[in-house]
Amino acid sequence: MTLVYLKGVATLSLDAEKCVGCGKCAEVCPHGVFDVADQRARIVQKDLCMECGACALNCPSEAIEVNAGVGCAAAIINGWFTGKEPACDCSGGECC
Amino acid sequence: MNRKNCCRSGIPCCSGASESVVSCVPTALSFRDFLGACKVRWGIGRMNYKVEPGLYAVGKPDENSPVLVSANYKLTFDTLRQNLPGLDCWLLVLDTKGVNVWCAAGKGTFGTEELINRIERTGLSEIVTHRRLILPQLGASGVDSNEVERRSSFSLVFGPVRAQDIRRFIAEGLKATREMRTVRFTTLDRLVLTPVELVAALNISLRVFGVLFLVNLFAAKQFGLFDFAAYAGVVLTGTVLTPLLLPIVPGKAFSWKGWLLGLLWSAAALWIFGWLTPDCRLLAVGYLLLLPSVSAYFAMNFTGSSTYTSPSGVLKEMKIALPFLIVSSTAGAALVLIEKLLG
Repeated sequence: MTLVYLKGVATLSLDAEKCVGCGKCAEVCPHGVFDVADQRARIVQKDLCMECGACALNCPSEAIEVNAGVGCAAAIINGWFTGKEPACDCSGGECC
Repeated sequence: MNRKNCCRSGIPCCSGASESVVSCVPTALSFRDFLGACKVRWGIGRMNYKVEPGLYAVGKPDENSPVLVSANYKLTFDTLRQNLPGLDCWLLVLDTKGVNVWCAAGKGTFGTEELINRIERTGLSEIVTHRRLILPQLGASGVDSNEVERRSSFSLVFGPVRAQDIRRFIAEGLKATREMRTVRFTTLDRLVLTPVELVAALNISLRVFGVLFLVNLFAAKQFGLFDFAAYAGVVLTGTVLTPLLLPIVPGKAFSWKGWLLGLLWSAAALWIFGWLTPDCRLLAVGYLLLLPSVSAYFAMNFTGSSTYTSPSGVLKEMKIALPFLIVSSTAGAALVLIEKLLG
């Protein structure tokens, strides 16, 4: 069973003009968000995107944009208190 | 790692690495490894369960053997080597500060710089003649493969998500199926994560019990075993039951799922403990406001352990859920305290 989280929130976008069709995004995506056909990548399952950022980081032509981060409530609350970007940085032993 | 135990005769150990000797590692886990895994799953010494970063040999690797890159969290390292029997390969273990591949990639410690640095420090280019590294796919959010290829002599291939698919991946000429590339979140995956959630909840709960102990000194009706059971039940609901039943409980937001199951438990507890009488009205309403919110909060924190929640989604969920949970739990706690203190 595929677990799907909230719909219509992912910040992922792909600039088809810049895409060189290398297929790296489909290779690194852990949720099958991309499909590559005819030398072009396409977003086929946007609501499955968890914004890990692997695709954007590994895209050779900077065709992908996403506000990457950790989908962790504790990290976000921590970020509010410390004023820093939410990070999986719970050396106290909590989280991830 | 105990180097004396893992270097057996006939294995090309300690061969030419510039930084340190190469340790050989067995693919079978010992009872101690198993015990260590159990401990960290319960949060005991979890942030200090590491192996030395560097190069390791599995089987009898030579200059043509594949190189697998991994993290120095011992649980990760053990899972990987356990899946390599019969394979001759090198393991390049990065210093991820004892954190697993995916989380370390998110933090950037399983990252571009560390990989380039570790390739140099181990003298890998003199140990193997080929120029290809196999990375765990989940490391891709920390490693920019294009940059590594520009700055080192190595090219990167992202292997499967799960270590159990590595031998198949190599056997099939470094090809991964869609299934091997997709992360899962099975019932077992979720179950093994719940003890750490439970331990974290216990830490908070001990403080709550401390406060309640003080309240009991002044209370007309003291907090007793039934109150404890109602609370313990709702903690278990949020930290264990909701994660386990995640795909079955209707809705998408974790806090909603936790709240719903928490409400069911709270209603059941009120009925079982005989609090559905007119003289327990305040207590019943108070607990119905308070307890499901507690469960919802713990369930919401499980987003950090899940494999599919996006930060944008979690933020949206929190912006809706948190105000509701704060108001509901504060009102609930006030009603319960009034009932307990004034009788």
